[in-house]
Amino acid sequence: MPYPTEFKYNKEHEWIKADGKNATVGITNYAQESLGDIVFVELPKVGSEIVAGKTFGSVESVKAVSDLYAPASGAVTEVNGELATAPEKINKEAHAAWLIKISLKNPSELNSLLSAQDYEKFVSEEAGN
Amino acid sequence: MKHVTRKATRHVNQNEALIFEKSSPGKAAWRLPPLDVPDVDTSKLLGSAERKDLGQMPEVSEIEIIRHFTRLSTWNYAIDLGMYPLGSCTMKYNPRVNEVVSRLEGLANGHPYQPERVSQGALRIMKVLSECLLEITGMDAITLQPAAGAHGELTGLLMVRAYQQSKGNPRKKILIPDSAHGTNPATAAMVGYDVEKMQSNARGMVDVAALTAQMNDEVAALMLTNPNTLGVFEQEIHKIAEIMHAKGGLLYMDGANMNALVGKVRPGDFGVDVMHLNLHKTFSTPHGGGGPGSGPVAVKKFLEPFLPKPVVITKPDGTLAFEYNRPQSVGRVRAFYGNFGMFVRALAYTLANGPDGLRQTTEDAVLNANYIRKGLEGIYDLPYSTPTMHEVVFSDKLQARRGVKTMDIAKRLIDYGFHPYTTAFPLIVPGALMIEPTESESKEEMDLFIQAMRSIAEEVEEDPQLVLDAPHSTRVSRLDEVAAARKPVLRWKPAN
Amino acid sequence: MKNRQSSIVNRKFPMRYLPKSPSDREAILKAIGARSINDLFASIPAEYRLERDLKVPRQMAESEIVDWFRERSRENGDGYATFLGAGAYYHYRPVIIDSLISRGEFLTAYTPYQAEISQGTLQSIFEFQTMICELTGMEVANASMYDGSTAAAEAVMMAVRLTGRRSAVVANSLHPEYREVLATYAHHQSLPLTTTSFTDSGRVNLKELEKLVTQETACVLIQSPNFFGTIEDVAAIAEIAHKQGAMLVVSIAEAISLGIVEPPRQADIIAMEAQSFGVPLGFGGPYCGVIATREQYVRQMPGRLVGQTSDKNGKRGFVLTLATREQHIRREKATSNICTNQALVALMVNIFMTIYGKIGLRELAKQNLAKTNYAAQQFGKHAKVLFPSAPRFNEFVVQTSEDPYAINSRILGHKIVGGLPLKKFYPELGNAALWCCTELTTRTSIDTAVGLVAESERLVKSAKQEADVQEVAR
Repeated sequence: MPYPTEFKYNKEHEWIKADGKNATVGITNYAQESLGDIVFVELPKVGSEIVAGKTFGSVESVKAVSDLYAPASGAVTEVNGELATAPEKINKEAHAAWLIKISLKNPSELNSLLSAQDYEKFVSEEAGN
Repeated sequence: MKHVTRKATRHVNQNEALIFEKSSPGKAAWRLPPLDVPDVDTSKLLGSAERKDLGQMPEVSEIEIIRHFTRLSTWNYAIDLGMYPLGSCTMKYNPRVNEVVSRLEGLANGHPYQPERVSQGALRIMKVLSECLLEITGMDAITLQPAAGAHGELTGLLMVRAYQQSKGNPRKKILIPDSAHGTNPATAAMVGYDVEKMQSNARGMVDVAALTAQMNDEVAALMLTNPNTLGVFEQEIHKIAEIMHAKGGLLYMDGANMNALVGKVRPGDFGVDVMHLNLHKTFSTPHGGGGPGSGPVAVKKFLEPFLPKPVVITKPDGTLAFEYNRPQSVGRVRAFYGNFGMFVRALAYTLANGPDGLRQTTEDAVLNANYIRKGLEGIYDLPYSTPTMHEVVFSDKLQARRGVKTMDIAKRLIDYGFHPYTTAFPLIVPGALMIEPTESESKEEMDLFIQAMRSIAEEVEEDPQLVLDAPHSTRVSRLDEVAAARKPVLRWKPAN
Repeated sequence: MKNRQSSIVNRKFPMRYLPKSPSDREAILKAIGARSINDLFASIPAEYRLERDLKVPRQMAESEIVDWFRERSRENGDGYATFLGAGAYYHYRPVIIDSLISRGEFLTAYTPYQAEISQGTLQSIFEFQTMICELTGMEVANASMYDGSTAAAEAVMMAVRLTGRRSAVVANSLHPEYREVLATYAHHQSLPLTTTSFTDSGRVNLKELEKLVTQETACVLIQSPNFFGTIEDVAAIAEIAHKQGAMLVVSIAEAISLGIVEPPRQADIIAMEAQSFGVPLGFGGPYCGVIATREQYVRQMPGRLVGQTSDKNGKRGFVLTLATREQHIRREKATSNICTNQALVALMVNIFMTIYGKIGLRELAKQNLAKTNYAAQQFGKHAKVLFPSAPRFNEFVVQTSEDPYAINSRILGHKIVGGLPLKKFYPELGNAALWCCTELTTRTSIDTAVGLVAESERLVKSAKQEADVQEVAR
């Protein structure tokens, strides 16, 4: 599956799409595939701060829980309310089912993230193991 | 079914709805004797605290209740029906004399607060059991208070912390091997410790060099299961204990796998400072669908002052009593004294065995696991070639090539009349099949198990879909766990 | 030497729980390729291997085992009547409870992880959860905790997780041992606890509570009916807690009270002990804790949960669900470390609740109320019954001039165990004891106990009068 080129990626399988000072965050298709049917998503409250590299929530399937790692730092401005009742949207369309929107604290952090090409390479190496 | 199974056959069994669906006003299963004191006006006595309505609580007759639960029981697998090859669960025979003695009136109706004068029976049971468990473990002091294994772990770690504190520094970390049961790290977190994972070496055992590197004065203890969850005895246990002790750390042993050790070796002899036992595993108390258990914690002498209170003591006049004056105690981990009903059963089991029975039990447990290992070697992948004690771990590597995983094989095993083994644990073996037969299995039952597993392996090659869609013979097929987790329905509600 | 000899003698008898003959063992050893069983223990370093018999009692025949325990039973107050309550209650256990739970398919079944062959266990837990909800007025209930004391501690931890606040206010009228357990759990989570006391109504001091609850309080923990048997003003306490954004956790130790006393519907979490519902006193355990709460908090709830679902053919079935809260998945991030619960005991509770049901539970509770009311009245004629101004269920406190231990000694002579002396828990109450009456308490026992208390009061009074007379005479 092609990974959107306008997104950036971290090695914990989150994607981030920057839009000036704001950004949208989600998990990648590889992540949702590995998790299986998602049953619950735990997300931070609007107004809370997330820090690059630290956990900001979790995604649960029946048999596993995965922590969500922030690709960049910022304040949470919006949370995807649909996921509370329909977490399966992430399985259907991981790259469209966003989790949170943030106002970026330090936009230059995105420079150290992976491009779509690099992420795809990273994923195929991991999958190969 | 492709292969003829000799162990089980399909049979009609009764359906049964929820009890609420059979309820109807005016039916009753109870009858109270008339009052021998004056009746009361409830409204007058309770006022606004009076409850008028018990909602949807059922009204059914006695025979309906008997049929209800009897029918439900026929839907369950149980040790009384056949083998449970569940790893680290030690699903052994639950002797019935245990049930009889625990129901003797003075024991069944004993109130925990009754005067010590009329509690000597219970106290003696606790004392004799304690002495037996100390002899079996090679430790010096014991508490019977914890209600289950995880509770015992909590108690043990509380004592570790109290001890370290008494030495001036409670320390910050507990080392836990990646092969450990989930209760280990969960417990460490509850006691306020950080968990540091220890990677197992290529033989599935503690990597002594890594341990040496990881052990420092911020580590309070190492939580070890021995034999480990691969069923392998930690042969370097002496070195492991030394490394911990040299830097002021303690060695905690999870006693879940004691069924491989009783009568053959004692943890207290190989350097363990504190450990818990699972009476519902090693000591035959019944699993009852998930509990109750009992998790006594045994310690070396230097930890004795920290035991939960009260402790059982012998008074100068020879009678037994509870001692509460224990200034260094970690406190209580539950009300009263522990799951006394389980003490009675565990002691009855110990008395029924005696020293020879206990040793023979352990020998048979290890013999059986090795027999199964021999029977399935080459058919299923054996990730670690280290000697097996009472449980053996295979992986689904060979079957995964055909898209069949451990859980699928487990579900197919049900069609052969067995309960599945433990799937997907320990975590260090991807696609694990963890098998512990226990000593309670005859050669006949094990041969049937081996035959079933071999048959399934053939099915995986010839007709994998059959295995993937299993089980085929149960009342319900695989249940939608995703829906159950997404939109939990956790109680019955009347249809309106 | 004696030990070794007797063990050699015993080796003649095959252990009856082991289904293998010597030839079976030989055949297996041969199949494995081992010369002797000790080959299989070679991985144990030689210096640790036990070369002697364990020093435990010799193997006993079944009849000897029964005799041994029968002796213990006789030494344990077999046949005595009791007035003890205080968190463990003596109620009648209908016989079909044991008939049913003794079925091997219940007794010897494992945790229902493999749902297809555990529907019996799972459906009965689902019914249990439903009935606990009905009785407590809560929306969800779990499949049991170890007991009421650990349930209360876990409920407080749950409130801490939910509110993000790090302190709790605890009523002094909560069972003293429950408070000890909470202190043990709280200590290691660095959770400060403040205690609020009771007034002479026996109820929580509301004015004091109001001062103690702050924006830092995660929850207020009370018991109702409380340790003294007094029913709390739950609505008022709830208001105080909720006003500050704190949760209300209510512990219930005497489950039968739910038959006739309004449940604490304003609570956020209920942590109860269900032992009164058909679980034997058993000298303190195993018992049956349960946590019940509102649906919105379910993901922070510890313990197992059973949910309804369907199989691929649309057939109704039940499974363990929301397991991601638990230790076997979350490990160090689990909501608790609990693994084994109290399933068999919960099944006893389930059957009990089913037997008595909607009408029976109320009638049963009413009998408890009637017996207790009679007893309190009779005691009240001779001694002081504390906390008269608030309603109570089946326990009350009697204050006597003489030390209750001494009175109880005399009562014991009549094969009756008197009320629990409270000095070690509440020294401020002086010579007080906690008395409990259930449907099993006979009028005869009550009258006998009251008679002995009356006599005690008379003797003390006349001794005092004599002393006064002598004083005057001097």
